Amino acid sequence: MKLTLRVWRQKNADAPGAMATYEVDGISQDMSFLEMLDTLNEKLIVEGDEPVAFDHDCREGICGACSLVINGDPHGPERTTTCQLHMRTFEDGDTIDIEPWRATAFPVIRDLVVDRSAFDRIIQSGGYVSAPTGSAPEAHATPVPKADADYAFEHAECIGCGACVAACPNGSAMLFTSAKINHLNVLPQGAPERESRVLDMVATMDEEGFGGCTLTGECATACPKGIPLPSIAAMNKEWLRAARRAGRR
Amino acid sequence: MSYSEYTTGEAVTDTKAPEGPIAERWDRRRFEAKLVNPANRRKHTVIVVGTGLAGGAAGATLGEQGYHVVQFCYQDSPRRAHSIAAQGGINAAKNYRNDGDSIHRLFYDTVKGGDFRARESNVHRLAQVSVEIIDQCVAQGVPFAREYGGLLDTRSFGGVQVSRTFYARGQTGQQLLLGAYQALSRQVAAGNVELHPRTEMLDLIVVDGKARGIVARDLITGRVETYFADAVVLASGGYGNVFYLSTNAKNSNATAAWRAHRRGAYFANPCFTQIHPTCIPRSGDHQSKLTLMSESLRNDGRIWVPKAKGDDRPPAQIPEDERDYYLERIYPSFGNLVPRDIASRAAKNVCDEGHGVGPGGQGVYLDFADAIKRMGRKAVEAKYGNLFDMYARITAENPYEVPMRIYPAIHYTMGGLWVDYDLQTSIPGLFAVGEANFSDHGANRLGASALMQGLADGYFVLPSTINDYLARNPHHDEVDATHPEAAAVVTETRERLERLLAVDGDRTPDSFHKEIGELMWEYCGMARTEEGLRKALDRIPQIREEFWRRIKVPGTGEEFNQSLEKANRVVDYLELAELMCLDALHRSESCGGHFREESQTPDGEAARKDDEFAYAAAWEFTGTGTAPVLHKEDLVFEYVHPTQRSYA
Repeated sequence: MKLTLRVWRQKNADAPGAMATYEVDGISQDMSFLEMLDTLNEKLIVEGDEPVAFDHDCREGICGACSLVINGDPHGPERTTTCQLHMRTFEDGDTIDIEPWRATAFPVIRDLVVDRSAFDRIIQSGGYVSAPTGSAPEAHATPVPKADADYAFEHAECIGCGACVAACPNGSAMLFTSAKINHLNVLPQGAPERESRVLDMVATMDEEGFGGCTLTGECATACPKGIPLPSIAAMNKEWLRAARRAGRR
Repeated sequence: MSYSEYTTGEAVTDTKAPEGPIAERWDRRRFEAKLVNPANRRKHTVIVVGTGLAGGAAGATLGEQGYHVVQFCYQDSPRRAHSIAAQGGINAAKNYRNDGDSIHRLFYDTVKGGDFRARESNVHRLAQVSVEIIDQCVAQGVPFAREYGGLLDTRSFGGVQVSRTFYARGQTGQQLLLGAYQALSRQVAAGNVELHPRTEMLDLIVVDGKARGIVARDLITGRVETYFADAVVLASGGYGNVFYLSTNAKNSNATAAWRAHRRGAYFANPCFTQIHPTCIPRSGDHQSKLTLMSESLRNDGRIWVPKAKGDDRPPAQIPEDERDYYLERIYPSFGNLVPRDIASRAAKNVCDEGHGVGPGGQGVYLDFADAIKRMGRKAVEAKYGNLFDMYARITAENPYEVPMRIYPAIHYTMGGLWVDYDLQTSIPGLFAVGEANFSDHGANRLGASALMQGLADGYFVLPSTINDYLARNPHHDEVDATHPEAAAVVTETRERLERLLAVDGDRTPDSFHKEIGELMWEYCGMARTEEGLRKALDRIPQIREEFWRRIKVPGTGEEFNQSLEKANRVVDYLELAELMCLDALHRSESCGGHFREESQTPDGEAARKDDEFAYAAAWEFTGTGTAPVLHKEDLVFEYVHPTQRSYA
């Protein structure tokens, strides 16, 4: 396949950026999208240009590092991560636009690489169970109904890639934040910190500059792991419950 | 003197493993270890490099204990460490199934599965600690698979006959890592852990014979900085990426461990690499990495090839009696569940004989037709759905209808930095945990044991042994960047980076990485010969010479520069590869993942030579391209007596 790529190039956070156009040839349908970019970069280096910077690591769809907006869609046209998108999705002769995640809370570091450390700070503010090593009771001491365990798992699948934020017209992190809250709050182990968790994480999310939710649902459509949209409603319910109880105390 | 003319130095005799009955040794060591007064812990700084299961767990736990932890990862977030990609599960001797499991059986299975090349004391401790890991992870909210009664589900996993593997669908590594990451995040918020993401360790600072800090590069600004501590813990993972194509993450690398080796830490058993039998075959030269599919698939999938050589009919058209279910035929009692090394080599053998399927004949079928008939498609989907989806996405084939094609790929490295019972390397104050050390798996790791070892080291072992070192070495002498040792290491690091940028040749870092990877796969992969290893040992210095003449790294060192990161890692692969080949050459026996063609039984199985090689080979660095010194640690088997493994 022969393709025209229009790629966002930006030297660093302070430099202005612009789209640059490149032609690539000899692309196989079996290549992943990132292998196609590898091909471009090998060519650029040999020709004396600087390669396009992009985040990637496991290339198995689980680490959450890869993060490209492809033709306007985070992770491209299929519901998967960029590393698991294959070139058979495209046609010979296509022009493909490649941009970084765009959100106030995710400043560009270089080219297609952005700073997603705001997600880590949201988790640090309450996305855990306080269970210091050695303090755990025997694992079977607390049975967890299978339905609750499955619900927790469904939300725990979030890979923290940030596609939800990139897809949202408000740059909101509600889907990301709600996924962790729903994972932990449904489990008996997460119950003691249920209220502080939702109040603190939502507060941090707001402080980090993420927008609010207007229920456009783009986040859940873009999510490569299928975190469901009602997750946000469940978080709002948890928040209201916690805020009311906090008011009562 | 050529590189392969190594000398044998003093044997390693003190492993710090306590005497006495094996089941009491861990208690004994913990009791004998000196403690640091809780009020004094915050005065001790510990550097942890890496945030995978071992590093994340260690950082969190040391932080909880009150130490000041400074932690590094090259990824943008600690949550992305490659432990996250482990699929199948984690072993623990809970015996919830009442199927005859016990700590002693897990210990026995691990020593035997490792082909009698691991230290008994360490392995027994691992089995003991395994039960606590499950408790700990459940308490953190890790959503393990559960039965309808609300209790934890388990399954059996490659190479064992009990059901002791806990799992979270096909994402066990992800869920365990997120548990450790969340515990670590809690310590970051508490101010006990200072986190440096997108920062890569490039060298170790040793002062007066003790590890006192690291040199690291901020990957965003390019600044090379020093960090100091009372002890340094390497949790930087394995070195599988020396092969270029492996199931490791693209940026997983050997630099931290190799730089520590250059500074005096022994590197043990580097030729013990694991080739995983169930990976998706490569599709072409563009292949950038290989994807593993959990070997839990072997619980229900049946592996076969056509009986006729070169049979290229679609699998559905090959009748039952023209299929060779070769694992079930050769190993009737274990069948498709034989250990990884055996399954991998059997696949290579049938492909080498011309029975392979798919592009280039480099694949065998893993067929779920019988499982779907027996359990129904729904049940198969519930158990393996995400793996089937992943396979379909990569190959554009539907594994519910067409058998999967699989082929072995480099997956894990059992070798690593030599450590004693305390997980301390041969440099005082430098510890290695998880895949970065060599300690528990011998010559072959059993399935679902990597997660167990990473978390055992990080949550339980290191936090109970490092205090002994810290208590005995209170380090009242401050070391900073002006110390001559530190300044020298910084200068060396800067010069290496500048040299990489200055060559301005005509070949990319990846092109060299691929070249060394192909060489290693050919001569130091699934089957090794003296002739092949000697060829590789001749070739590696030539590639190294060419590298320094022709490497091209665009840009500068003072910016985000992924080419520079890669090139710097390749420098270390080009040295590590040489040691791996030498280790494989010197060990002229077959054991576990190391198969020497010259050493096999009449029926083609690995032939171990216990009288010559019942030792761990700990290598001491003497200079790039110069012959290293071998230190042998004799392995004594008091509890599990070496037998030739039999899975027939």
